[in-house]
Amino acid sequence: MANSPILIREQRYHQIKALLARLRLDASARLVVLVDKDGQQIAVHGELGELDTTSLASLAAGNVAATGGMAKLIGEREFPTLSHEGERESIHISVIGRVLLLVVFDDRSSLGLVKLRSKQVSQELAQAFAEVERDSQASSADGSLPFGEITDEEIDSLFSQP
Amino acid sequence: MLRTQPTKASMTFINYASREINCKIVYYGPGLCGKTTNLQHIYDSTAAQSKGKLISLATETDRTLFFDFMPLELGTVRGFKTRFHLYTVPGQVFYEASRKLILKGVDGVVFVADSQEERMDANIESLYDLEENLRSYGYELTKLPYVLQLNKRDLPNVVPPADLTAELQRKGEPVVEAIASNGVGVFDTLKAVAKQVLTELRKS
Repeated sequence: MANSPILIREQRYHQIKALLARLRLDASARLVVLVDKDGQQIAVHGELGELDTTSLASLAAGNVAATGGMAKLIGEREFPTLSHEGERESIHISVIGRVLLLVVFDDRSSLGLVKLRSKQVSQELAQAFAEVERDSQASSADGSLPFGEITDEEIDSLFSQP
Repeated sequence: MLRTQPTKASMTFINYASREINCKIVYYGPGLCGKTTNLQHIYDSTAAQSKGKLISLATETDRTLFFDFMPLELGTVRGFKTRFHLYTVPGQVFYEASRKLILKGVDGVVFVADSQEERMDANIESLYDLEENLRSYGYELTKLPYVLQLNKRDLPNVVPPADLTAELQRKGEPVVEAIASNGVGVFDTLKAVAKQVLTELRKS
């Protein structure tokens, strides 16, 4: 267990993207990001602009990890949702198993609406991600990972590029 | 005491749709050993298109409070972009709780040792702390891609590399001498750990 890479097949990725797109529309959100609890961005949908979503994903995971640590200190398992309200832009994060659903919204929406819509989509996202984990386990088990045959030369070539 | 079966920690992300592999590397070590300096050097010497922002969650006095983070793209293997997410932990002893959080889902670890004589105890303490924190997630240092960096080799009061290695090496991991403040050994260290992470993918 837990020794296989997480592997996202195209079909699954598009399924997840479609769920994010629906959430973004239903919640009138600016942007929706699905992040792994370890800080890896899985998928994103919405008005990206110049926004650095890689950093956003990493910081969201750090944020959830820190508040989760606080939860444990006071005898809670975790805080399932977090929200940060700014003057114009706000963020809502829900913890769904091992993934985080992050919604960025402005005054076109409201915290209540974002909370409601996030909750509604969370079960489908949890199912989709459970499928991702099953795919990953299966691919590792049957040796169909794309890097099973990777050579030392290929690895070295990464470092010889200037 | 019941302990969970130690597992290999690989949490690499492979995305077929965006053709990307994402791996997480953590720089660990005692306070002021040069973890952030390693990242800063990588950041400063990498072309803009290969890197993202360097995020530093630091105190007013530039001590790492939670972590530093920078994404780095190395190149393409088998049509997949390889991206390494580099993290540092806060070194100061009292940030124990935060330090442990950063290790979750790690694919490879760099231990940055401070070569100065008076920091030997701090190195040993930090290395024990690393092993203990990894174990709490069910990972074993001996099964992880891992590099030992002996930093600050330019200072006058340093312990000889052989003595540091004898004290701190855990499993025959690569040992790299470094002066992170002027970049010596920084990329050799990164390369040594990244190679192991990619080699691990072949085995999984």
